Amino acid sequence: MESQEKFSREEKLDATKLHVAQYLIALILLGLGVGLWRLQVLGADSYRVLAEQNRIRKVPVLAPRGKIFDREGRIIVDNYPSVSCYLLREQQKNLQADLPRIAQGLHMQVDQIDALLKRYAYAPKYQPIPLKQDITPDEQAFIEAHRNELPELQTLEEERRLYPRDGFMAHVIGYVGEVSENDLNNSKFAFYSPGDVVGKGGIEEAYDEILRGQDGSRDVIVNSHGKEVGLMGQEVARPGRDLRLTIDLDLQKAAERALEGKNGAIVAMDPHTGEILAMASRPTFDPNQFSVRLTKAYWNQILTDPNHPLLNKAIQAQLAPGSTFKVIMTMAGLQENVAQDMKVTCNGGATFYGHFFACDRSHGYVDIHNALPYSCDTFYYTLANRLGIDTMARYATSVGIGEKTGVDLPNEAAGVMPSEAWKMKVLHDKWYAGETISVGIGQGAIQATPLQLARALSGIASGGVLRRPHLVFDEELAPDELSALHDTYPGSGEKRVPLTPENWQIITDDLANVTGPIGTAASAHLEGVDFAGKTGTAQVVSHSALSKVAKGTNTLPNAWFVGMTPRRNPDIVVAVLWEHGNWGNNAANLASEVITAFVNKQRQRAGNLVKLAEVKPAAGVAGSAASSNAATGAETTAEKAAAPQTQSETP
Amino acid sequence: MARRGFRDFDWTLLAFVLVLSVISVLEIRSATAMTKFHGFEVKQLLFLLVGIGLMFAMSMVDYHRLLDVANIAYGASLFSLVAVLIPHVGQKVLGARRWINLGGGAHFQPSEWVKLVLIVAMARFLWGRAGEGKELSWKDVGKACALVLVPMALVLKQPDLGTSLTYLPVLVAGLFLGGMRLKQAGIIVLGLVVVLGIGYGAGKRLKPYQQKRIDAFLNPDSDPKGSGYQIKQSLIAVGSGGVWGQGTNKGSQTQGDFLPIPYTDFIFAAFCEEHGFVGATFVLLLYFLILVRLVQNAQTASDPPGTLLIMGITGVMLFQIAINIGMCIGLMPVTGIPLPLMSYGGSSIIFTFLSLGIVMNVRMRRFVN
Repeated sequence: MESQEKFSREEKLDATKLHVAQYLIALILLGLGVGLWRLQVLGADSYRVLAEQNRIRKVPVLAPRGKIFDREGRIIVDNYPSVSCYLLREQQKNLQADLPRIAQGLHMQVDQIDALLKRYAYAPKYQPIPLKQDITPDEQAFIEAHRNELPELQTLEEERRLYPRDGFMAHVIGYVGEVSENDLNNSKFAFYSPGDVVGKGGIEEAYDEILRGQDGSRDVIVNSHGKEVGLMGQEVARPGRDLRLTIDLDLQKAAERALEGKNGAIVAMDPHTGEILAMASRPTFDPNQFSVRLTKAYWNQILTDPNHPLLNKAIQAQLAPGSTFKVIMTMAGLQENVAQDMKVTCNGGATFYGHFFACDRSHGYVDIHNALPYSCDTFYYTLANRLGIDTMARYATSVGIGEKTGVDLPNEAAGVMPSEAWKMKVLHDKWYAGETISVGIGQGAIQATPLQLARALSGIASGGVLRRPHLVFDEELAPDELSALHDTYPGSGEKRVPLTPENWQIITDDLANVTGPIGTAASAHLEGVDFAGKTGTAQVVSHSALSKVAKGTNTLPNAWFVGMTPRRNPDIVVAVLWEHGNWGNNAANLASEVITAFVNKQRQRAGNLVKLAEVKPAAGVAGSAASSNAATGAETTAEKAAAPQTQSETP
Repeated sequence: MARRGFRDFDWTLLAFVLVLSVISVLEIRSATAMTKFHGFEVKQLLFLLVGIGLMFAMSMVDYHRLLDVANIAYGASLFSLVAVLIPHVGQKVLGARRWINLGGGAHFQPSEWVKLVLIVAMARFLWGRAGEGKELSWKDVGKACALVLVPMALVLKQPDLGTSLTYLPVLVAGLFLGGMRLKQAGIIVLGLVVVLGIGYGAGKRLKPYQQKRIDAFLNPDSDPKGSGYQIKQSLIAVGSGGVWGQGTNKGSQTQGDFLPIPYTDFIFAAFCEEHGFVGATFVLLLYFLILVRLVQNAQTASDPPGTLLIMGITGVMLFQIAINIGMCIGLMPVTGIPLPLMSYGGSSIIFTFLSLGIVMNVRMRRFVN
């Protein structure tokens, strides 16, 4: 290389420069040494004092959660002041020795405190551990009395959740609790730290970010004895935002009252907007028990309850919709121009593909105008056979069956709408034409939630306009919050399905006749109110399997009703699911209670003080299901869902 | 010539280095004992073993071969520094693009090894230009500056002020030993002062966090929770150590979570708190012995590039020690430069031991003519 040639091996760099470098090294290190001398020898005493004082204690300032109101501004969820006890760990003393005394004074177990300490082992030392929440006055007195011996205990005032009593609206509201360790590993909870209170279930979970606000803290400088000597800085707590729900407390009360003592769900919504006016589910639970200290006994009681009290049946119960599905069948039949001129003579059933499919009675001559009020199975078997499963599935899916509605609540169930493709995909089997017949009356593999049915029938009665059901007014949310919400809870949402005005008229008139003299819900008739709807009585066990069921299992059919007023472009649609309610018209009676409350309120608001007759006794009373079963006959013209031999074969 | 074996290997230097490394591992163990980083001392030990292995490997290759590939390596360095700035190639961690993802969880920080390449490239550049009685022309000074300042600017863009600053001593050592005239140095310094003055006046040169660190350095109380807080906690830690220190695992600043990152940038402060002035002086003495030993090896090198290589390494190490310890005792602003041989971290250890490998390499070939 060129440069290599220019260079002679004997040549060396200037040695004095390397000496300079050595002196520079010595000088710099000496300088550092002098700096150390100044700090560690001359300044040792004053820095020791600073180190003593240097105990920053982070005292959390908890943001109160936003309150929850109904659509008219009446309070549903409030906060109340309470005192919690925190454990400080930066004291230079042996915590372990004090644990038995602390445990005794606060009525806790030593193991319990040990487990807490282990859980927070790697949190910064200045961060206090929440030891016990909502302590009693005598525990507070214990802490005050032992301030000197047990300086590691500190009390803090905070706001706690106050929920309605007796589990009123519990499923809609949800509850709050400490974020669990499992949650913390989830990326969704990346910004939460142990001890944080988060919403779990219902509105509390869905709107946690809005409701929770932002906790603040005060960085207090304390000396080594734990005494405050100054304030280093503070982050102001930002309270959570209040939320106004679309729920109308009056209707909610009516729905809760109607369900009392039963298992099931009621959901009422405004079809014009998708606003949910009432949503109740039974059995229920007490969210107040969750927000402070959940006793093991209560938790076990809830976990072992076979009726799953934590389940919000309005959006999570996926059951065969029974005859309520016939409304969608009617729409499909009319839109496909099959049902208009279809005439069937019902002799208590019909035979398809070699199997006899039963109807609950012999309806005689049936056409499109009385099939729905009669709820004649024979008519819909025939219609299903003509349409075929895939056409039925297309219409059902278009009104949101088998798909989440997109309601702003966590863990909504999607339900199932069977089709040939569905069966091949899920069960890896071919679809048999016989299965289509059962699906025609809402039995078989089809599953829907009460909210899905409410939305589907809302859409049909509104001429094909479907809305996204929601519990919080869109105006309450910023545009980015709204779009984030829609991303979190996707569903079939807002859509328009084709429905000709003629067909719309036929269906809605049919619905109105259901509560008329010839209808299956004649007992729920409300004089002077355009109350329309459709009953459903969905079998939970087929007749042939009835004998094999274990004793004590409730085998009574589920009662459904989806009602509305007025029949066209209704202002309210109510879906009722009464598990083991036996007959669809029993559910219709519950729906009529909610409709009554709605109509009365409308009339009162309009200055019209003539109230509808108060709730009728009939079959709506708890425990009457069995007796009404015995007294079937003339009173109920309800359809008994077909239970052909094929039932036991269908999954 | 490598067959001369390791008789000429600088075992004394290695002994000093190993003593310091053991101190480092023990202090990391103490400083992380109460945190979720406990167990880092084991990882540090593994890094050290890898580093020592690399050092021996590096000492086997004749450093003239390194000088031969200097141009290619320099080109590759510039390429990797540009690559790291490209989104999707460079990994953004804490707001700075410093890492290239190699896949399989392995990351690579180009700016560390560029330091080594710069030292070699500088020695290569001055080979033939430098020597007793020779002086650098203005053109050569300009080229040397460009050699260092281009990669420096790229690293500054990441942004990583700390690492980019560690490239400066390579330039200073090179120009000083390469034979820059006093007049040239004077003009450059004057120019720098003017430029910095204008930059400071405009106030746009520094990122907000960098400006904050400078402000905090000038007045620690101005920002008690940020950089000022770190300096303050560090001063308290060092000062409260006193003459004898508070003992391993007993430093209240270190164990109480007051001292920030006590296992990397502030490890010296943690050490001072727990082992006092006596311990700190012992560490300074070890650094002095190591650095002086490096300069001796530079003197005995058989040719100028050997000397330049070692002095470049010495310059970088001295600079890092001065800045880091200076930061811990409040003489320098917070820059995020690790302390060689003490701070936890694979990149830093591997750079240090590769450099030491080059030093050994030069020493083992000192009698070759």
